Formats: sequence, C-alpha cells, structure tokens
Amino acid sequence: MSSWFNSVFPNVVQLGWLGDTGWGTSIIQTLFMTFWSGIFGGILGLIFGVILVLTKSDGIRPNKFWFNICDKIVSIFRAIPFIILLAFIAPVTQKIVGTQIGVKAALVPLTLGVFPFYARQVQVALESVDHGKIEAAQSLGATIWDIIFNVYINEARSELARVSTVTIISLIGLTAMAGAIGAGGLGNTAISYGYNRFNNDVTFVATALVIILIFIIQVIGDFFATKLNHQNH
Amino acid sequence: MGIVELEHVNVDFADKKGKVVHAVHDVNLTVEKGDIYGIVGFSGAGKSTLVRTVNLLQKPTAGNIRVNDTDFVKDGKQVIANKNLQLARRKIGMIFQNFNLLNEISVVDNVSFALKHSGLKEKEIKEKSLNLLDLVDLKEKANFYPVQLSGGQQQRVAIARALANEPDILISDEATSALDPQNTAQILSLLKKLQKDLNLTIILITHEMGAVKKICNKVALMQSGQIIEKGNLRDVVLHPQNDLTKSFVGGSLEVINTLKSLNLDELNDNEAIYQLVYSMANVTKTIIIDLYRQIGVEASMLYGNVELLDDEPIGTLLVQVKGDKDKQQATVDFLRKEKVAVTRLNEKGDLYE
Repeated sequence: MSSWFNSVFPNVVQLGWLGDTGWGTSIIQTLFMTFWSGIFGGILGLIFGVILVLTKSDGIRPNKFWFNICDKIVSIFRAIPFIILLAFIAPVTQKIVGTQIGVKAALVPLTLGVFPFYARQVQVALESVDHGKIEAAQSLGATIWDIIFNVYINEARSELARVSTVTIISLIGLTAMAGAIGAGGLGNTAISYGYNRFNNDVTFVATALVIILIFIIQVIGDFFATKLNHQNH
Repeated sequence: MGIVELEHVNVDFADKKGKVVHAVHDVNLTVEKGDIYGIVGFSGAGKSTLVRTVNLLQKPTAGNIRVNDTDFVKDGKQVIANKNLQLARRKIGMIFQNFNLLNEISVVDNVSFALKHSGLKEKEIKEKSLNLLDLVDLKEKANFYPVQLSGGQQQRVAIARALANEPDILISDEATSALDPQNTAQILSLLKKLQKDLNLTIILITHEMGAVKKICNKVALMQSGQIIEKGNLRDVVLHPQNDLTKSFVGGSLEVINTLKSLNLDELNDNEAIYQLVYSMANVTKTIIIDLYRQIGVEASMLYGNVELLDDEPIGTLLVQVKGDKDKQQATVDFLRKEKVAVTRLNEKGDLYE
C-alpha cells in the first residue's frame, strides 16, 4: 500500500508531514486562517448585519444615515475582488500586524473580505424573523438588546447556523487565494508546490484535502442548523 | 376619566405611489376601567392600526393619546420618553392573531421572557411563569415548544405572557381569527373570566360581531379609518343608527354566508329581504304571523338565531317578504313600531340600496 502510494504520489510524500512545506503544517495554517478570520469577520459581519436590519426604514430604529453608511461599506468591500483587496490593503495590514506576508498578515484581508459577505447573509437571516414577534416583544416592554439577542438572533439561529456554514466554506476559498501573499495553507501548497512545479499529484492531494475539509464543515453546519431549529418540523 | 383616551387620533401612511392614505381618521374613543370594548369592522377598516396607537406600536400623525393617566401623545407628538414608554408598555398586554410566540424557546421561557426586567430572581420568575401557565390551564405543557401546541393552546400561552407583568389593559388584536369556533369560544370565555378575576380592561379587535356579543359591554364600529358608531353593546345592537352597523349587528358574516348558500335568484320588485334584530323580551313571538294577519304579506324565514347579550336573549331573523311597495313600507313601519331593528338587504346579504 505505502509503496504503491510512494510510486503514484512521489512528490506528495516528499513534502513530508511537518516542517515548513509539510502537509500537517499547511492544514493547520488553513484551519488557523479560517478560524481567526471567521471569528473576526463573523463578529464584524454580525454587527453590520444587525445594524442594517435595525436602521432600515421599516426597522425598529430607522436611521437613514447609519443604514446608508453600513450599506455602502458592505457593498464596496463586496465589490472588490479578493485578490485585489489583498494587494490594496497591504499597507493597512503592515500597520496592524507589522508585516505584509505570512499567516497573520493574511488575517486582515481575510476578515475584510469575508465580513461583507456574512453581513448580507445575516441581514437576510434576521429579516426572515416574523415582524409580529418583534411587535410582541415591544408590547412586552422589551429593550432593544432583548429584541436583538432574544428575538432577532435567537429566533433566526438555525438560519444563522446555515449562513455561517456557507460563509466558512467560502472563507476556505479565500484562504487558498491568500496563499498568493505567502500565507501558506493548502491553497499555497497546491499552487507553489503543485502547479508551479508541475507536480500534479501534489495539486491533486491538496484539492482532495480541501474538499474533505469543506465536506466536514458542511456536515457539522447541517447538524447545528437542524439541532437549533424548533420552528418547522 | 377613562383608562384609555384617544382624541382626534389620525394615522396617515404614504402608499407606494406616495399618495397619503388615512388609515385612521379623527378617532375619539374613551375606554373606561373594567370595560371589554369591542372594535369591529371589515378588514382594512383601520382597527389594528388604531389600537396599536394605544401602546405606540403605531405612532399617530395627529391627536392626543392618554393611557392610565399618562400622556403618551399630545398634538401628534410623542411626549413620553422611550424609557418610560417601555415601562408603560408592560402594563398594556397585547395578544395577536398569529400568537407571535418565540418559537425557539419553550412555552415557560416565553412567559419568563416578559418578566426579564421584573426585578424578580430567576427562581421566582420560573415560579410565576408556571403559575401564569396554570391560569390558562397549560402548566403541563410548560416544557414544550410552541409549534408542538395547537393554535388555541398557543394563544393561551400568549395570554399568559401578556398578563405576566400584571397589566391593567389587555389588547386583543384579532386574537381568535386564526382559530376554529371551539377554540374561539374557549379563548373568549377565558378573556371574560380573566377580566373579572384580574380587574382588567380589555380592548377586543375583531371582524366578527359574534365575538363582541359574547363578551363585550361596549362596541365601536369602524369603516375606512373612522368610528361610525359606538356605545353600549345593547344600545348599538338594538338601536343601530348607521346602515353598516345595522347589517353588522345581525352577525353580518353569518348572514352573508347563509344568503350565499341559499343562492337566491335576483329578487323581483315585490320581494325584499329584511334582517330583524330584537330583544326577545320586548317582541311578541308571533311576529311573523302578525305580519300576515295585519298587513297581509307572506314572510318566509331564511335564517334565525338567538344570542345571549349579558344574559338577555337577542334574536336575529332573516326573512323574505312578498308584497308590493306599499306593503313593504307597511311591513317596515310595523316592525319598527314593535321595536325591531330592521335592515333591508339584497340577495347577496349586502345592504340594499
């Protein structure tokens, strides 16, 4: 078995497991980038999504000014292709993390790349909460925080789990591109050690690993989306 | 001084084309403490919009609103601070057509949600919530999720939730419209019982006169954003002034449905349909026979019903009368003299014009 593997995927084996170019290292790098930019981008996206819903003209705190500001920020960042965003905000990255290359440097563009996408998804998810529930909470004298957390977010939690899954999956796509600025990860392995060196076996295995990763995330996401749903059986 | 006082309340919307729609137009309404005040009208009449101004879920464009001796709105401007409004709203319970329970938390947590800012300890909140569920006979369903309950049960949970902060006023916005007749009756009698036990004031919005007749002591009729008639239920039912009121007090929906199912051909000039509403005590039971004997018209019965209005039996009859113009007039005069509220309808159950 292992000799068969060695002969079919010689370059894959050569990269090793740990070490700078190792498979374990690149998997961890991908997970690291996905996790932290998911956290930062997730929080940012959630905040923007909530503000968009609250300040919309039919929201509970209608405010044209803040709605337009948030709406434009989200729209503009969504419009910039990620590979260009990487280059475009490199000076900002330099200021924040002190370097323009590496895994940590990639977190800045990844966060900025993913949050507008997530904000829109959150917006749609929260808007799916029946307005009657908001009215009922208001009639009970609920505070705005009660309405945000107990009504909007909690009632949309299954939908939020679903859109979070979609977002994380697209985030993995972004981390692969971040490889272009030397961020490492499976994307970097596929391009630098696979494609650029004509080692198709490396590209193949890197792709397979990404697919497996996405598959696992999808299964976990579906599990939570079902588990958190008590509305439609 | 009423517990709810609305003066010259207007609510204007701009529709999609930017045209102004008067959803509520110059409404004056005083609800006294202990009233069960019914507000009736067809859908789109502005009932829900009007009643939402009481707890300012809907901001009026003009008028004064005063609840529980606190000014909410003066001259169309909100004069109560948002923070105080939040507190005031806890004393105005509200239930809705679609129940509007939170679906991702259990039934008991739905009630507890209302008590979040009550200052009670977690344990006391739980205890009080269970007591409230007991009040609506649903204690055993405390740990169920709302979707596992029937519509009637969900509405009872909503009632428990609305009563959690011991409100003085309960607003019911078409609360029985999504329920079957049996559940409707159950919810209505529960409301009546709660009104007595807790000394509540209830404002009941509905498009069914039947619900009003069952539990209300006062009624207001709305059409196109205006109140066209209001007063004590008995007065309005037995002496309606407005034509729409007249058709409504007979239980217009039921009457219309009856006439539709009969599928009458178009009436000729010598036929007319009348809706008669009267207090059984004041009217001789032989009224149909008297019509034949004294005026010489044949009256055939299409529909009949007796309802109790505060323990007073009120009858509703739908009769088809054959006779020429003079005899028709004589019939109406005769019935009016007998203290019957007479309304002429067409074959579809609408007002005759």
